[in-house]
Amino acid sequence: MAEPLLEVKDLKVHFPTDDGLVKAVDGVTYSLQPGETLGIVGESGSGKSVSSLTVMGLITPKQANISGEVFFQGQDLLKLPKDEMRTIRGAKISMIFQDPMTSLHPFYKVGFQISEAILQHQDISKKEAMDQAVEMLARVNIPRPRERADQYPHEFSGGMRQRAMIAMALSLNPDVLIADEPTTALDVTVQAQILDLIDRLKSEFNAAVIIITHDLGVVAEHCDNIMVMYGGKAAEFGNTDDIYYKPLHPYTWGLLSSIPRLDEEKQERLNPIRGLPPSLILVPPGCSFHPRCPYRFDPCDKDVPELLPVDGHHAAACHLSLADKERIRDEEVLAHR
Amino acid sequence: MSVQAEPTTPPPPAPEGEPLVKLTGIKKYFPITQGILIQHHVGNVHAVDGVDLEIHAGQTVGLVGETGCGKSTLARVVMRLYDATAGTIWFDGRDITNLKGKELRDLRGDMQMVFQDPYASLNPRKTIGSIVGEPFRLHGTVPKNRIKSEVEQLMELVGLNPEHYNRYPHEFSGGQRQRIGVARSLALRPKLIVCDEPVSALDVSIQAQILNLLDDLQDEFNLTYLFIAHDLSVVKHVSDRVAVMYLGKIVETADGGHLYQEPKHPYTGALLSAVPMADPELARQKRRIILQGDVPSPIDPPSGCRFHPRCPQSREVAKAEGIDGPHPRCMNEEPELTPHGPMQRAACHFPLERSIIGTGSEDDGEHQVASMEDATSADDPSGTI
Repeated sequence: MAEPLLEVKDLKVHFPTDDGLVKAVDGVTYSLQPGETLGIVGESGSGKSVSSLTVMGLITPKQANISGEVFFQGQDLLKLPKDEMRTIRGAKISMIFQDPMTSLHPFYKVGFQISEAILQHQDISKKEAMDQAVEMLARVNIPRPRERADQYPHEFSGGMRQRAMIAMALSLNPDVLIADEPTTALDVTVQAQILDLIDRLKSEFNAAVIIITHDLGVVAEHCDNIMVMYGGKAAEFGNTDDIYYKPLHPYTWGLLSSIPRLDEEKQERLNPIRGLPPSLILVPPGCSFHPRCPYRFDPCDKDVPELLPVDGHHAAACHLSLADKERIRDEEVLAHR
Repeated sequence: MSVQAEPTTPPPPAPEGEPLVKLTGIKKYFPITQGILIQHHVGNVHAVDGVDLEIHAGQTVGLVGETGCGKSTLARVVMRLYDATAGTIWFDGRDITNLKGKELRDLRGDMQMVFQDPYASLNPRKTIGSIVGEPFRLHGTVPKNRIKSEVEQLMELVGLNPEHYNRYPHEFSGGQRQRIGVARSLALRPKLIVCDEPVSALDVSIQAQILNLLDDLQDEFNLTYLFIAHDLSVVKHVSDRVAVMYLGKIVETADGGHLYQEPKHPYTGALLSAVPMADPELARQKRRIILQGDVPSPIDPPSGCRFHPRCPQSREVAKAEGIDGPHPRCMNEEPELTPHGPMQRAACHFPLERSIIGTGSEDDGEHQVASMEDATSADDPSGTI
């Protein structure tokens, strides 16, 4: 296997608060190959956004206790001084945020906001930067890019704002693009446009992409590998087919049977996961999923299960034996689908 | 579809009896005015522009469409929160279009609404008990001394702990708040509940809990739902019948199965193909129709078929006839909702003939490939609208 582009090892991000320590991310490990699309899936509060904000250097030791390693091109990003991190952020690793309505500045013209990012990293004139910005707008399929660059964000529709954000994120040809819920605020038709755009630009720019989402459909269609997160930890990791056809963690089973499927023959009752996601302050002892897990047994509320590989790089953090997991999966989970 | 054009063909056989809700030619325009002192009327936002719809008792009708297609406006017109610009609303055999005063207030007991945002739809300064009990106090259906026990029963019914009677909304999670909203809507034992995107703000596992709850309550109280969502898979799951809206008009109605297997309107097809499917194999087989651009402005909707500027099908048909751009018929002539089989109606001059997802018969295989190429060529950014 080639040298990974980005390698996150045992990342922990704990926020001290008045109510106690919030363990937003509690030991996450993954790696990203060049040209790969990794999906990080989880519910609100599973730590999926915090882990990527930390990789971007947007959560600092001032705000949180951070431990672990984030290797990018041979350097540990967590140990880099601020100004060096600034040359990487935006230029080599960039990010698209969830809400295109609030992540553009309403007072500045769109073209200016894109060219500002370019000027930060390249020694060129303002006019050249603006030309680059217009070219980027054209590449993300914004019609009449020259006119559009001279408009304010409120003159853009939601989908176009997200395109402008993508143009901004890709304007410096980054190696890694992190998309944090890039399409949650958008209609399905626009979502399909944006995801296709990300796919196309990924191959054009030869970048690696991390898509953070709660939508299991989005990851099924666009990702090579998937990490399912729960309570700040990875519950399961595998390639897309592993996760959808051979899932091994009860939480993944729960997620898969919670979603209504377009291709279901008749309206079968959904099978939701009982209860609520855990509080990150009072994380349940042992496996953090055990209070909601229908298959829990003796060690689940005592020992924290490790993320152990089953075959290849498909791994699940669950105490059930592989034989049990396969039996439950085939008899109870997949049989209903 | 439009007011003057009564459907010439008989509507599909209705499940026995009169519908609970019947809409004929509903229009809702919002005026646009200009001027500071003297307001000039300069145009209209055609939010809902001629909708006929029937909802039968005990059924769930789903309404899907993109942002700005008028689905929420239509729901508010049905609820009589907005006055219709034109058309008639029949509820339980009665014309309620122009009800006023006490009659309208009494009607509110029969129709209730569950809102999208469980954080904004509950007053943060009131306890759950008083929020859920408010309908009783307003309508006086339950004597004051029995309100508390009624509210506790309702809370239990929707899966909340009745001991939480005196808690405030901020003490509950999103899913629990949505349960509170459902309890409040049930208080007066309504016949119709309009659910406006009730699960779109919730996590998937919680979403499934709420959908199951709505399903159970429907069975228990024989409720009728008008269910609005932009998520086609959710709508298909809950609905007996689905109506697809585009720019203020219904472009297709069908039961969920037909809609999924043989969508007739190209817009329905595009919506279906855009829904991400949680199944990598099916996702790979799926025919991709990516619509260009955004929904046009409802202030000045396109002529003829409102979908024609974005319609790949119309271009395909026109191309076969040697015409560039959308088919002239689509640009000039407005299609009417016409039946396709007993359960399906679509408003399209050139309806789709194949399914979007590989469920067709085997000899369809070759067409499938050919059409995939067509679909990609239609995606070509150079053809951007």
